[in-house]
Amino acid sequence: MMSAPRTVPRATSATVVVSSTASDSHTWNLVYLQLLIQELGHTVHNLGACVPPDLLVAECTRLTPDLVVISSVNGHGWADGLRLAPRLRAVPGLSGTGLVIGGKLGTDGRRSVGWRQRMLTAGFDRVFDDGDIVAFIAFVAERVGRVAS
Amino acid sequence: MTASAVTATVPFGWFVAEAHAAGNLVVQPRMGFGTPEAMRAGLRRTRDAAATTVGTLTLDSYTRVGDADAAAQALATGVPLNGYPITTHPADVTMGVLDGLCDRTFPVQVRHGSARPQAIVAALAAAGLDATEGGPVSYCLPYSRTPLVEAVANWVASCEALATLCGPGREPHLETFGGCLLGQLCPPSMLVAMSLLEALFFTQHGIRSVSLSYAQQTNAEQDEEAVRALCALAAEWLPDVDRHVVIYGYMGVYPETRAGADRLLAASARLAVRAGAARLIVKTTAEACRIPTVDENVAALELAGRVAKTTDRPNQLVDGADSETYHEARALVEAVLTLDGRLAVALPAAFRRGLLDVPFCLHPDNPGRARSHIAADGRLRWADPGGLPLGRATTVTRHQGITSAGLVAALTHVRRTFDRPGPADHENGWGI
Repeated sequence: MMSAPRTVPRATSATVVVSSTASDSHTWNLVYLQLLIQELGHTVHNLGACVPPDLLVAECTRLTPDLVVISSVNGHGWADGLRLAPRLRAVPGLSGTGLVIGGKLGTDGRRSVGWRQRMLTAGFDRVFDDGDIVAFIAFVAERVGRVAS
Repeated sequence: MTASAVTATVPFGWFVAEAHAAGNLVVQPRMGFGTPEAMRAGLRRTRDAAATTVGTLTLDSYTRVGDADAAAQALATGVPLNGYPITTHPADVTMGVLDGLCDRTFPVQVRHGSARPQAIVAALAAAGLDATEGGPVSYCLPYSRTPLVEAVANWVASCEALATLCGPGREPHLETFGGCLLGQLCPPSMLVAMSLLEALFFTQHGIRSVSLSYAQQTNAEQDEEAVRALCALAAEWLPDVDRHVVIYGYMGVYPETRAGADRLLAASARLAVRAGAARLIVKTTAEACRIPTVDENVAALELAGRVAKTTDRPNQLVDGADSETYHEARALVEAVLTLDGRLAVALPAAFRRGLLDVPFCLHPDNPGRARSHIAADGRLRWADPGGLPLGRATTVTRHQGITSAGLVAALTHVRRTFDRPGPADHENGWGI
């Protein structure tokens, strides 16, 4: 399923944007992801709760991050994510940026193969189940490495 | 379906006061469904539950942020919503949901979470309702990125609009959400202070019936102390206002086991009765993984009602004004009111100066300097008070910077305590 994490040492920290979706007000997930990614040595821009797509696009255009992490736990994640991915991919310079989403994405607490496939087709590189932090850390390590300390 | 079916109801605050005087804890779900049929079925089951209940229309999060298009699109395409879109369904549809259910024995409150609630207040008024909840700070800082000054202006307008619904036998009711803030890891004194400040704000803008919230935290004794402090402060600052205290069953990371979830809910019911609160908003066994079903909500209401009935009220009132929580909360309230007696002015000013500061809150208008932690005795304490004007009222237990693992441990403290209760928890006062 997952390849073992390859921790690629790098000299400088990557720029990572952490964001909720427009309708999602939860922030503990965002505070946690910020601390976690900072501990891997990267610079985090945490956009906080209820981020409108326009703001997310503007911040990503300004920052040209190495990785964009969308976290949603309010049950609207599938629908919100599906609208978000094409907009981010359309930004010049973001077509190849890492783009992932995770959390509690539906209202029923179940996994959905159909939704997952639609999210990948829409432009996400990975979709993480709620609590799948090991896979997320492995992905970050593979994608942007870990700052040598 | 006629308007009279809804308006022949009882003022929310009066219903709760009567139940409290009769010795019954009012229990209430957080319940919202996208379709009128599901919403009506949920309300009916809430009314028919074997407990003293009031009904809830919890709105969906598209409606909360004012994205009516997304709510309409979800309804049209059958994507499940996480609540009832009151501004999308026409008023007569909402009246149909309430018709014959919302009456003198069963008032219904609208719960939302919006920092721009004008359209929601207009929609609930159009449907014949007049009880809701929120607050200029508590529905802004944790739940939006709306600038605080805008949220304050929106809540001034919303209070004034709600107040116009006053009439013979009709008293609009507003509940503070300030006793929750981020749901966990906020020291109780800040929750108590914010709840009181928001209730004062409501009354400054025409509301005469309020409830003051407090969300269950990490330590039962500290929670009881906080609720008593809230009652004492409300008696001092809101002497002539119809008021009661409402407890929120734990709003943080919930136990995963059914037994753990039930124990936590039972503890919240005991907290409400012992500390003198009149109403409890329940959580369910499903909270850990998804939005609960109607059955799960009814089971939670009935369990909470049973526990409340078997919990003794204190024989004599403990002095709520003699505790660390009281003194801290009072210091915060006084510092804010010293800036300006008008809270619409004082609240944003207090955040600008760091006199109010919510730990771990990411909102751009939150100072973000104060930090909290769970102390060895299970109490929530200030690890770093930042610029909070606590002076000698508080004991600061300085603590090294938090890590992601430390955050998870703090956030899951209650889950672990209740999923695997041990002897220490009895000593801790949880009574489980």
